[in-house]
Amino acid sequence: MKLKSSKRIMSFAVVALFVALLSACGSNNNNNAASSGSASASASGAASASASPSGSASSEPSATTTAQPKSIELLNVSYDPTRELYEAFNKSFADYWKKETGQTVKINQSHGGSGSQARKVLDGLEADVVTLALAYDIDSLTDSGLIKKDWQQSFESNSSPYTSTIVFLVRKGNPKGIKDWGDLIKDGIQVITPNPKTSGGARWNYLAAWGYAQQQDGNDEAKTKDFLKKLFANVPVLDTGARGSTTTFVERKIGDVLLAWENEAYLAKKEYGDEFEIVTPSLSILAEPPVAVVDKNADKRGTREVAEAYLKYLYTPEGQEIAAQNFYRPRLQEVADKYKDQFPTLNLLTIDKDFGGWTEAQKKHFADGGTFDEVYTKG
Amino acid sequence: MASQVKEKRILPGFRITMGYSILYLSLIVLIPLAALIVKTAGLTLPQFWHTVTSERVLASYRVSLLTSLFAALVNVVFGLLVAWVLVRYRFPGKKIVDGLIDMPFALPTAVAGIALTSIYAPNGWIGSLLDPLGIKVAYTPLGITVALIFIGLPFVVRTVQPVLHELENDMEEAAALLGAHRWRTFRKVLLPELIPPLITGFALAFSRGIGEYGSVVFISGNMPMKTEITPLLIITKLEQFEYSQATAIALVLLIISFALLLLINTLQRWTNRRLRTS
Amino acid sequence: MSGAVPAAAASQTAQVAHVRPKHLNESRGVRIVLITIALLFVGLVVVLPMLTVIAQSFRKGWETYAEAISDPDAISALRLTLTVAVVAVPLNTLFGAAAAWAITKFKFRGKNLLITLIDLPFGVSPVISGMVYILLFGAQGLIGPWLMEHDYKIVFATPGIILATMFVTFPFVARELIPLMETQGVQDEEAAVSLGAKGWRVFFKVTLPNIKWGLLYGVILCNARAMGEFGAVSVVSGHIRGETNTLPLHIEILYNEYQYTASFAVASLLMALAIVTLIIKGIIEHKMANSRTH
Repeated sequence: MKLKSSKRIMSFAVVALFVALLSACGSNNNNNAASSGSASASASGAASASASPSGSASSEPSATTTAQPKSIELLNVSYDPTRELYEAFNKSFADYWKKETGQTVKINQSHGGSGSQARKVLDGLEADVVTLALAYDIDSLTDSGLIKKDWQQSFESNSSPYTSTIVFLVRKGNPKGIKDWGDLIKDGIQVITPNPKTSGGARWNYLAAWGYAQQQDGNDEAKTKDFLKKLFANVPVLDTGARGSTTTFVERKIGDVLLAWENEAYLAKKEYGDEFEIVTPSLSILAEPPVAVVDKNADKRGTREVAEAYLKYLYTPEGQEIAAQNFYRPRLQEVADKYKDQFPTLNLLTIDKDFGGWTEAQKKHFADGGTFDEVYTKG
Repeated sequence: MASQVKEKRILPGFRITMGYSILYLSLIVLIPLAALIVKTAGLTLPQFWHTVTSERVLASYRVSLLTSLFAALVNVVFGLLVAWVLVRYRFPGKKIVDGLIDMPFALPTAVAGIALTSIYAPNGWIGSLLDPLGIKVAYTPLGITVALIFIGLPFVVRTVQPVLHELENDMEEAAALLGAHRWRTFRKVLLPELIPPLITGFALAFSRGIGEYGSVVFISGNMPMKTEITPLLIITKLEQFEYSQATAIALVLLIISFALLLLINTLQRWTNRRLRTS
Repeated sequence: MSGAVPAAAASQTAQVAHVRPKHLNESRGVRIVLITIALLFVGLVVVLPMLTVIAQSFRKGWETYAEAISDPDAISALRLTLTVAVVAVPLNTLFGAAAAWAITKFKFRGKNLLITLIDLPFGVSPVISGMVYILLFGAQGLIGPWLMEHDYKIVFATPGIILATMFVTFPFVARELIPLMETQGVQDEEAAVSLGAKGWRVFFKVTLPNIKWGLLYGVILCNARAMGEFGAVSVVSGHIRGETNTLPLHIEILYNEYQYTASFAVASLLMALAIVTLIIKGIIEHKMANSRTH
């Protein structure tokens, strides 16, 4: 009698545990199916319904019945500074797609550090498209077959529909008179930049500084390292991400100059009015944030068509206009001309020509024992 | 385990509760932690050793251990005081203060980190007072310590409080009759009784402090070799797709925590038994 | 004895403070100094950060505040947070009760080890608590590929968030019950059994009335932590707005979007939830004091 009841309770407990877990999985199994059921895919309301695990796997069937579902969901996994850009772009694309195909597309956004976002996709976050800070992060997805090796040829201009560069944000009136990279290593200057180990943007900062020093010192690597050592000696806080650094500079009022993406610098200026000025150095680096369709996920979820259209739309005049409005440098000449006051021309290094591509740059500078570690650990 | 027990059990339910406990413990805690070990096994022993003893990692242990240690010590002293005051004295608003002690459990660590940073940054409420004195809190090891004091306080207060309640008045009474001062009574009579819970509280606060991430990254400044904590290095390794290196460092942290907790629990049982038999 | 029952304490507080004779108490001056130091410390360490959150959340007035907490994304984050708590807390409670029963009512070898293993999640870095589930269920994990094939989503979806939360809040109920049940011994239960009561009945009629307030206190703490967990959840969540964002994650997103005021507003919402929880705890302690003295 006792044994029997104890067995029953035991099995009840085990079942309860797994039922709870599995029913929670069930509802998230089929994001597409869930939303195809509810035709009205208004921006956010529908999303939360499919996220709550209460309706245990009730929407299982309807998934594969129609060839062209009325609505479709797309997940764009991106990095931190593109939040505002894609918020505007997604609306524009959804309208365009509705007009073209009659299909309602709901685009989910996920933002975070570029590297950790790539890692999440690698670990199973089912992104249809990735729009990250560096080609290196997308390259890391090719090994497991998520994205085909030659992804960078899939779209125009190295699959980078917009570009950016690294500029300086200084306090109003530029009290410390910071004009160029050389000023950053002077005594008494505090420089704010995120940590290159954890932030994609910070790697661009680092390489731009490296490139400048290399030109000044005539390719003497010891001198270049010395320059970076002095520069990082002037850094009082190394935040983990670009947004963290901006907060430190803008809200905590620490530092004299922030090394930032051009778009981040403009955005901070827009949010905080006249407290800041943007300084364009004599030399910087061409940052090409790349985009790619995650082949494996898109094929599995049947979203390839819309995913490709989504990324292609970035290259249209509408897409380019939105990029420019969000302070990314457009590729399209006509849009670039329109915004040429906003984006001064300057000498730009490129990652492929001047640093031998991302894999090379990553290995030399940012991997364990690379030049960045040397700057911090030696001396 | 069941076979260890000689005498016949009177109470029912050992098998089922034990079975369920072990099953649940395995599913939620042990199997996931085993995954950590399996992943680390991808490294050879020399690689493992190299990873966990490289210069930057060692520096981060130093930062993590020292700030946790210091924060836990502060919490032991002030946690005891707070518990003492809450148990023994009456004052207005006591219930509220008692409730507030649990806040650090409930507040998301990131919110705590952001709030503490905005208080202690050079332009914050307290930071702006300390800055002219040349004391910097945010973005220094001191800032990390402040965050860890916040995180660890309830652990000490909540372990000391009940023991303080249960202390009998008799011994104090005897000491007082023999003419001992309050301070002397405290030191000779009360403190020995309070040592075990203080150690437990210390260990819990300390091991929580070593692992803390969310509240610390905002206030620490994350300077390599200076204010870089070990959990941040784990994240850094993950960002570089170095899974096995990340798990290797994680494993070191885990072993430190486990050893500490095991030591404390054994100590606790041992003193309990001694107290009961004496 | 360790980590014992703060709840049990409250009842005695009242009595102790009343009956404590003069020669066993510090002088008035010393008392005031000690109380002042303690209050200053709590004020500095706990109250000040809370005040900051409230002050920041009203920096731009009521309207921004109301807007922030009624945002659909905030509401869906709230819903997810509550869902997670509703699943994780009862499961941990069930475990806590079972483990406490096994540990306190019986003798067996390896008890210290078992208790330590139960404590372990306290000492595990939140980063690691999230990461272990990725190592297990992630696409490159040990059983992740199998799950992917069968289309079970665990990490970057609600189940992963629930699991990570369960891990982090794992010890709370057990930690609360073990010392309490230890002090109560086994006599009551043994008497009930010798009178012919059966297992479940013994637990519900004899044990539970003795531990119910301690149990509730554990549940409340567990719940508070479950709703507030950030680090571990951040690792296993896909950070998709309106889908896999809990309240703490939503706060971080807002913060990263330069919406500082809104982010603190949502944080204050979470703080309000915690405060409600703590008020309930206060009521429980009050009731417990009554049930003790009757």
